[in-house]
Amino acid sequence: MSELRFEDVTVRYGHYTAVDQVSLTVPAGQIVGLVGESGSGKSTLARAAVGLVPLDAGRILLDGEPVPTRGRRRPLQMVFQDPYSSLDPRMTIGESISEAMAPGGSRAERRAEVGRLLELVHLDPARAGARPSELSGGQRQRVALARALGGRPSVVVADEITSALDVSIQGAVLNLVRELQRELGLSMLFISHNLAVVRYVATHVAVMHQGRIVEQGPTAQVLAEPDHDYTRALLAAVPGKRSL
Amino acid sequence: MRRLMGVLRTPLGLTATVLSLGVLVLAVVAPILWTDDAEAVDTSNILAPPSSEHWAGTDNLGRDILYRTLVATRLSVELALAATLIAVTVGLLLGTAAFVLGRRPGRLVGAGINIAVAFPGILLALFFAVIFGVGATGAVLAIGLAGAPAFGRLTQTLVASVAARDYVAAASVAGVGRLRSLFRHVLPNISEPLVVNATISAGGALLAFAGLSFLGLGVQQPQYDWGRLLFDGISSLYVNPWAALAPGIAVIIAGLAFNLFGESVAKAFGVGVVGGIPELPSVAAHLDDVAPVEDAGHAPEDVVLDVRDLRVTFPGPNGPIRPVRGVSFAVRRGEAIGVVGESGSGKSLTALAISRLVDDSGRVEADRLELLGSDLRAADTKAQRQLLGTSLAMVFQDPMTSFNPTQRMGGQLAESARHHQGLSRKDALARAVDRLRAVRISDPETRAHQYPHEFSGGMRQRAMIGMGLMGSPALIVADEPTTALDVTVQQQVLDLLADIRAADDVALLLISHDVSVVGEVCDRVLVMYAGRIVEDLPAAGLESAARHPYTRALVAAVPDMATDIDQPLAVIPGRPVDPSDVPAGCAYAARCPLASARCRAEDPPLVTEPDGSRVACWHAGEPIAIEIRDRELDHELEEVEAS
Amino acid sequence: MSLASSVAPAPRVGVLSHPWVRFGVRRLGRLLVSLWVLVTASFLMIHLIPGDAVRAALGPTAPPELVASTRADMGLDDPLLVQYLHYLQNLLHGDLGTSLISRLPVSDIIAQRLPATLELAVLGFLLAVAIAVPVGVTMGVLTRRGHGRRTELAFTTTSVVVGIIPDFLVAVGLVYVFGVSLGWLPVAGNDTASAYVMPVVALAIGPAAILARILRVEMVAVLGADFVRTARAKRIPNRSVYLRHALPNALTATLTLGGLILSALVAGTVLVENVFAWPGLGSTIVSSILNKDYQVVQAIVIVYGVGVLVINTLVDVALALLDPRSMIKEG
Repeated sequence: MSELRFEDVTVRYGHYTAVDQVSLTVPAGQIVGLVGESGSGKSTLARAAVGLVPLDAGRILLDGEPVPTRGRRRPLQMVFQDPYSSLDPRMTIGESISEAMAPGGSRAERRAEVGRLLELVHLDPARAGARPSELSGGQRQRVALARALGGRPSVVVADEITSALDVSIQGAVLNLVRELQRELGLSMLFISHNLAVVRYVATHVAVMHQGRIVEQGPTAQVLAEPDHDYTRALLAAVPGKRSL
Repeated sequence: MRRLMGVLRTPLGLTATVLSLGVLVLAVVAPILWTDDAEAVDTSNILAPPSSEHWAGTDNLGRDILYRTLVATRLSVELALAATLIAVTVGLLLGTAAFVLGRRPGRLVGAGINIAVAFPGILLALFFAVIFGVGATGAVLAIGLAGAPAFGRLTQTLVASVAARDYVAAASVAGVGRLRSLFRHVLPNISEPLVVNATISAGGALLAFAGLSFLGLGVQQPQYDWGRLLFDGISSLYVNPWAALAPGIAVIIAGLAFNLFGESVAKAFGVGVVGGIPELPSVAAHLDDVAPVEDAGHAPEDVVLDVRDLRVTFPGPNGPIRPVRGVSFAVRRGEAIGVVGESGSGKSLTALAISRLVDDSGRVEADRLELLGSDLRAADTKAQRQLLGTSLAMVFQDPMTSFNPTQRMGGQLAESARHHQGLSRKDALARAVDRLRAVRISDPETRAHQYPHEFSGGMRQRAMIGMGLMGSPALIVADEPTTALDVTVQQQVLDLLADIRAADDVALLLISHDVSVVGEVCDRVLVMYAGRIVEDLPAAGLESAARHPYTRALVAAVPDMATDIDQPLAVIPGRPVDPSDVPAGCAYAARCPLASARCRAEDPPLVTEPDGSRVACWHAGEPIAIEIRDRELDHELEEVEAS
Repeated sequence: MSLASSVAPAPRVGVLSHPWVRFGVRRLGRLLVSLWVLVTASFLMIHLIPGDAVRAALGPTAPPELVASTRADMGLDDPLLVQYLHYLQNLLHGDLGTSLISRLPVSDIIAQRLPATLELAVLGFLLAVAIAVPVGVTMGVLTRRGHGRRTELAFTTTSVVVGIIPDFLVAVGLVYVFGVSLGWLPVAGNDTASAYVMPVVALAIGPAAILARILRVEMVAVLGADFVRTARAKRIPNRSVYLRHALPNALTATLTLGGLILSALVAGTVLVENVFAWPGLGSTIVSSILNKDYQVVQAIVIVYGVGVLVINTLVDVALALLDPRSMIKEG
């Protein structure tokens, strides 16, 4: 279990400030939901955490140490939005998972580890030789989860991992996320534009608007008594609120 | 390998392959067999026209043109391949530099390529030919280096497209270095277009080489390639035209062969080459035309849209595909009907079919298809266009792509008023401004003069609704109008639609994948699965009164703000039905917890209940045990899913 | 592009924030950078030639004193940077040097030869566009989704084949058929109007085929676009859908891809002029390369390069006029 902390993180693209002095803590063993609209900077924050986007200011700390973004040891892993683009179509799913695992070990050991990871996400280990094209969107997203777990991460960043999936498949992936978090004690930054989804998986929620975090706190509290106008606007806009 | 065989199956591909192989074989064999014949000087027989002895005549030293042309194959091909090798190698280095070196140095290389690419190859080749000097070696370097920027640009574009994919980002997150990622992820995924384009470049290099030699800047005597023969032959065009024509034809055949071979391979591999050659699809067997059954009795007065047994069919590679398989419903004045379903359920196509916008390859059939009492199956007449243009408003999913990017917004709105209401340009524009104001766009006079890219997504969607309000619509068909929008903007658009409906008694057909959106906006909901309506019920009853197991699962699978967070979400195992492969019986049976033998054999009809709702299920309303699935079951389900 | 934008940053104040002004500034910056690269490359060309360029030009029999004095005249003994600055200075004054062979000012040679090449290039350009646009649009409409599969195959195959055959071979073929066999058209020179027919056709036919092919593909793609569906939903006549909505968008895509084809057409004059003994720059550059008259070669390379850059700029301006978004993407 590890704690991920963003301290005054700023990311700019040219003149445009995508992330503006964001401070946010993902406590050890908790899921923090990050909600916001497109262009709010939430995906940029995620990419900055894993080193895909350089910081212009601030620090990102894992248990008080800077997150390593060079070398093979990567305690911070990420799952991407589109499972059709996040797996190399030329590689078997076993190879994709194996690539993310720490180097070393015999061939048999690595194969066993791939099998274990596939089991973890409820896929048949015998399918390690399958190509992504043989899998449905939901199955691919599970492979992407398994690959992230292959790096033995202490924190996982999940960026809109259900928004590219059909509604009937979404539920299964969300169930899996909660189960994995519980079993492995992962810390997780769960990004979504869907408040209902965040409410379902996250214990804490942070609301991002125009590059800034405008409100954060325990999910139940933020949703019941929102402080910020923008959070209230988001809540008012959730469809199907009549059923509340 | 199988795809390579596919190349041979098209007539053009076969021709190109045979020709390419022929050229290559000739390049190897011809100099061995005919060098002596080609170089035999016969001063008594110079510049002779074609004869039985010399099929293409002789040159100014009495040497046989045909043999010389054949023997020249080797040098011509060798030089072209050498130049291609240089172009590809240098191009690859330039094109991958941006990926390997990182952002700033990469940009500099990219800028250099951009400047070099702007200059045509022949100009670059002349430039390098000056530096490297006249002759074969100089020409190889010149043509190779001249081809490098174009190949570099191609590589750069391909690399950039793959580098933007998430699996490269995922590899980087996993600690895979740039160079390793280049060889493991990027190059393998662009190898096919690279190989194909290298083949096409080889054809291009062959032609370019002929050009340089033809100018006298390439191969020098006593060596000869096709271009050199052409250079020598052109001066005797009046005496023996074949001295120029024979090598000219050889160049064209060889150049075409490599080019067309590359294009055919590209086609077989599905690699994009600009304006490549299309493949003739096998012509699909046509379904029997079903004569429209004339239904007695007309719809009640207040019915805006009446649809009976609507079917949409497309030709497919293995016979016709029917994504909409008999849909019937009616929309009354001022009523809001929602259509929900997953991707591939046929809901969007239903919307397009009733608005006569299915593209020409699809065939729309129905027993009845009436808008305001007039038959939409009838031929496309001015009157019908008038009716559709003024009484039916369409709102499409993606406001970003649904406006013409090259025209101002006001003009795009005004267009239909000018056509259907005969308004002058000025009056039509004034009405457009008025309609923009009606859909709550501030400062509509200024906005009307702007282009679509100057509008935000929500504004564009409102403008799209405004476009529909240019006439006096009785029905608005909105196909996923809020899917591409942020939630707060989504609400504004839904509110706007609701207000228009209330103000003018306009009916609304709202297509969405989102049960909660439909439940909030609509009076009635049609649930579609695999091209059919499986349930038709009041929106208020979605949570409590749904009887079809698919409707119930759909509602339960989507978390809302009231979902019990201590329970796992309901899941629907398996995946949606592929319209080209609809199973017998109930299409939902494979995913349904209630499915019985009857479900797998017999498709349940859509039965109207006493309360007016409709459902198509043999087990409608039967209780479904809440299951918390364990691992074992999951594995089984995976197998179902995979099969 | 990015290089140019870093050279000429556009501040976001006053008139400079207007999209057209910013587009103009960025585009001008890019043009200047390209010009600088062109001029510098042609300067370096002479210095990259292995051995002594003057000795090569004057031939092995020329007396060493002559070589030495010519080198001194040309300033070739100065330090490279000094030569470069002199070169730029002279260029700005329109002084392109003196021919090593004919001893004439290079600018005179260019002035004498340029008009013939310009005529050829402009006529070829116009003919290519005049063929490509109507053919491409018509084929696009005829072969839109679900239509005319066989027409599509026939057209594409023909245009691929025609597009591949290089201009000088088309020229040789035309000379054989219409000049030698039929004797209808003159095979050399530019003295009569009929003498223009074959060179212009030879120059234009390949680019016309390629452009028509690209335009057809773009037309088909645009006809399947969302905004064309929107236009159809307005129930305006099909003619308006094709010409008002589809064509401008198909043209922008065609110009983006086809701009290079048009500049290649200009360079194509080099080969075509040599077939028809056309008294233009193309035949001059080849004879100058063979005679090692490097001053002339250098100047003609610059003239051709400028021609290409002018066309590229015109294409970008046309794109900006057709599609306001391209101004933003630019740079």
